[in-house]
Amino acid sequence: MSVFINKDTKVIVQGITGSTALFHTKQMLEYGTKIVGGVTPGKGGTEVEGVPVFNTVKEAVEQTGANASVIYVPAPFAADAIMEAVDADMDMAICITEHIPVIDMVKVKRYMEGKKTRLVGPNCPGVITPEECKIGIMPGYIHTKGHVGVVSRSGTLTYEAVHQLSQEGIGQSTAVGIGGDPVNGTDFIDVLKAFNEDEDTYAVIMIGEIGGTAEEEAAEWVKANMTKPVVGFIGGQTAPPGKRMGHAGAIISGGKGTAAEKIKTMNACGIKVAETPSVMGETLISVLKENNLLDQCKTHKS
Amino acid sequence: MNIHEYQGKEILRKYGVAVPNGQVAYSVDDAVAAAQRLGTKVSVVKAQIHAGGRGKAGGVKVAKNLDEVRTYAEEILGKTLVTHQTGPEGKEVKRLLIEEGCDIQKEYYVGLVLDRATSRIVMMASEEGGTEIEEVAEKTPEKIFKEVIDPVVGLSPYQARRLAFSINIPKELVNKAVKFMMSLYTAFVEKDCSIAEINPLVVTGDGSVMALDAKLNFDSNALYRHKDIIEYRDLDEEDAKEIEASKYDLSYISLEGNIGCMVNGAGLAMATMDIIKHYGGDPANFLDVGGGATAEKVTEAFKIILSDQNVKGIFVNIFGGIMKCDIIAEGVIEATKQIGLELPLVVRLEGTNVEQGKKLLNESGLNITAAESMADGAEKIVSLVK
Repeated sequence: MSVFINKDTKVIVQGITGSTALFHTKQMLEYGTKIVGGVTPGKGGTEVEGVPVFNTVKEAVEQTGANASVIYVPAPFAADAIMEAVDADMDMAICITEHIPVIDMVKVKRYMEGKKTRLVGPNCPGVITPEECKIGIMPGYIHTKGHVGVVSRSGTLTYEAVHQLSQEGIGQSTAVGIGGDPVNGTDFIDVLKAFNEDEDTYAVIMIGEIGGTAEEEAAEWVKANMTKPVVGFIGGQTAPPGKRMGHAGAIISGGKGTAAEKIKTMNACGIKVAETPSVMGETLISVLKENNLLDQCKTHKS
Repeated sequence: MNIHEYQGKEILRKYGVAVPNGQVAYSVDDAVAAAQRLGTKVSVVKAQIHAGGRGKAGGVKVAKNLDEVRTYAEEILGKTLVTHQTGPEGKEVKRLLIEEGCDIQKEYYVGLVLDRATSRIVMMASEEGGTEIEEVAEKTPEKIFKEVIDPVVGLSPYQARRLAFSINIPKELVNKAVKFMMSLYTAFVEKDCSIAEINPLVVTGDGSVMALDAKLNFDSNALYRHKDIIEYRDLDEEDAKEIEASKYDLSYISLEGNIGCMVNGAGLAMATMDIIKHYGGDPANFLDVGGGATAEKVTEAFKIILSDQNVKGIFVNIFGGIMKCDIIAEGVIEATKQIGLELPLVVRLEGTNVEQGKKLLNESGLNITAAESMADGAEKIVSLVK
């Protein structure tokens, strides 16, 4: 079991003929992801990497039966691409593109109300269920199949956490990058809920960063609802206020959104927070031991 | 992106948002001429810098005649203002706004900002104008009123009216306040603002509702569709290294320390700063080379780090996803070829194309300290710069 995606997920790639999309389509195919089609307006009828290309998402879905889409479309056109995927009734739309204007995303969120599609991202690394399905840009080789769920606002910190787990012999059920933008689709609580309901996930690592209050809200949710141990990390403990730290959403403004505030709330809600990014794995292991879950979570030799 | 108050008012004026008449001045003579053209009894001399708190720092003066305009302009132009937003080094004033004085009856606050919890734009208003809204929010949160705006229909007149009544705008001026708010919202969405703050909004003796100050920030991701806003950029207000970095779409922020950092991904870049501090070091910068970086971009990034005189060592921390390790390696090698490298360099590579990357660096003959993990790398660079 896993959350959101598995070996049966059929994926199309929006913007497939761009260089980044092509590179990662190749990587996803090598990983074993069922990429059944691609979409680039005007290139319908051609083929790349053995994958048929269509002009519209609707056509791609009709021809291939795809239920998930991964979006690599450039920022000025990405909001439109998301809405096209939503309109085609995709189960999942995973948007990798960064630098989408905020106002475009405000409109997208409004457009999605009442629709069935789950959006992950934008500005995210994607979602991976190890050894089954990789959708996005994460390096596949660091992941191993197992029972720890990972959810993160940062792509590279997700890799860091996964890598540490795999090195310690602890596999992952699913790793979800929710993205670093202030307006995104799936949030921490959506993913935590899914992990809570997933029989194969025994514990969760949640990686946040400065800006906004999503981590605090998620921590309160964990305290009230989560039946599985959660550990955390917050990036940007030394970030100066008022400066946007790369991610559009990572900014301390008006004294709000500091790492200290988030860590305090997480601790108060029973989430153990790793002191440095290099001990995310260690911190999880210590909590697994406390909960007598370590043996069940060991999936391979470290 | 930030702009000056006078530029913000120019934009607002185009959208029908009431603002006082005023003109920008770059010299004392300009300032006096501008006041003469305005022809009002009282004029205000306002320092134009990208920071709030100018009034308290002596950057805003009311002049009762042209002689006073000259005196104040001489005093403020070239002065370094230190406010709570400039940092201790302050900011030099190079431009003035000369504005007509107005008969202020009462000050209010109106602002537009993204509300992350609802993914909507929110208009906030308060009767406590002239004070920082964060301070009002902390001390008297009940005095801030909010309207969440549906992006499909925009700000509705009833919402603006509700705000106007809530903050006790005199009832004969409520319609003017509504028009003000509606126009402000239109400007906000059409120009892709990230913040629009009118503090204070004033009601005047002759029955006007206008923006006495205006702070507009713009979503840098949307600047591609606003050439007119890009024109407003004032490079004097920005850090030279940050300007250089922005030419190559690098996300770079200057900091105080001596360890230069080159990282991919904003989260990892922040965490790298954190871990350097944890091991007793001090980062010189935040630098996210981004996902789609070419070797050329990496080369430029490396040069920018090296142009910082404070830098005594460099830590390259890469976990390749969309970014490929071999591209990073090529960039590092090219940069050191072009400008040489005498400082200690610690490199940690992991992720996409890691083997190719390591091979390139090994064969380059560069004096590189390899790190096995980010903790290992941070410890090594901290001890190397000591």
